[in-house]
Amino acid sequence: MTSAYDITRAVNPPRAVFVDYPLGHQTGKPDDADNQRAIVRDALAAFDTISKPGTIVILPYVWDANDRRWEETDYTPGFLPPRPKKEDADLAEQERRRRYTTANPG
Amino acid sequence: MAVAYIPRTRELYSAYTPYRWVVNEEPPPWTPLKKPLAQCKVALMSSGGVLYRDQPRFHREDASYRLIPKNAARADLSVWHFGYPTKDAEKDPNCVFPLERMREFEAEGRIRELCDPAFTFMGGVYSARKVREELAPKIVEELRSRRVEAFYLVPA
Repeated sequence: MTSAYDITRAVNPPRAVFVDYPLGHQTGKPDDADNQRAIVRDALAAFDTISKPGTIVILPYVWDANDRRWEETDYTPGFLPPRPKKEDADLAEQERRRRYTTANPG
Repeated sequence: MAVAYIPRTRELYSAYTPYRWVVNEEPPPWTPLKKPLAQCKVALMSSGGVLYRDQPRFHREDASYRLIPKNAARADLSVWHFGYPTKDAEKDPNCVFPLERMREFEAEGRIRELCDPAFTFMGGVYSARKVREELAPKIVEELRSRRVEAFYLVPA
């Protein structure tokens, strides 16, 4: 699966399926099971259909037909949220792990 | 029109030595499927930095991986990755790790079996050598020992 066509072309894997979505959504939109299902179904189908090594199947799905601004901003400066300070990140990590150990003792 | 990520990465990390992309000029290795996918055991792997319950998070340059039980509930999963905005994946890990969809396809018979566990790592590893020489051989062994016949990789 890929949404970075140029990188995948360079790496040249045996089989690939491209969807033109912003990074972080290679198998679909959040909480949109139908959209995810269509992408993953098409990707799995490529196992049966690709017969030429290096093929990249291009899927027809469009992120937002009325707003293509993400294409200008994706992976450009300012696109990533600011990184938290180390102390804050460590606290958040402790909190995350505590949540699961409390919920699942043992 | 596909976004050109190679020049954008160069720009985003312009303060650093230019990244040397993996460029494979040779034809890729080819292993034909011996039978239809519906008769195959399939494994899922994502580089989106997905974690199960209290598994330790990833860190930069981390070539380790995590085993995710295939029946993991959404509430059991969280995400740590520095290289893409993880907000949507945190809300719904299926954006980069379509475990729920793969379970449905297993139940419907689109694949014979979904490998338990699924696999995750954090794809922001600068060193391609580290991935090739440290991570990849371990994953190959995981797949071989479980007799996996097809491997679905989702980058993030």
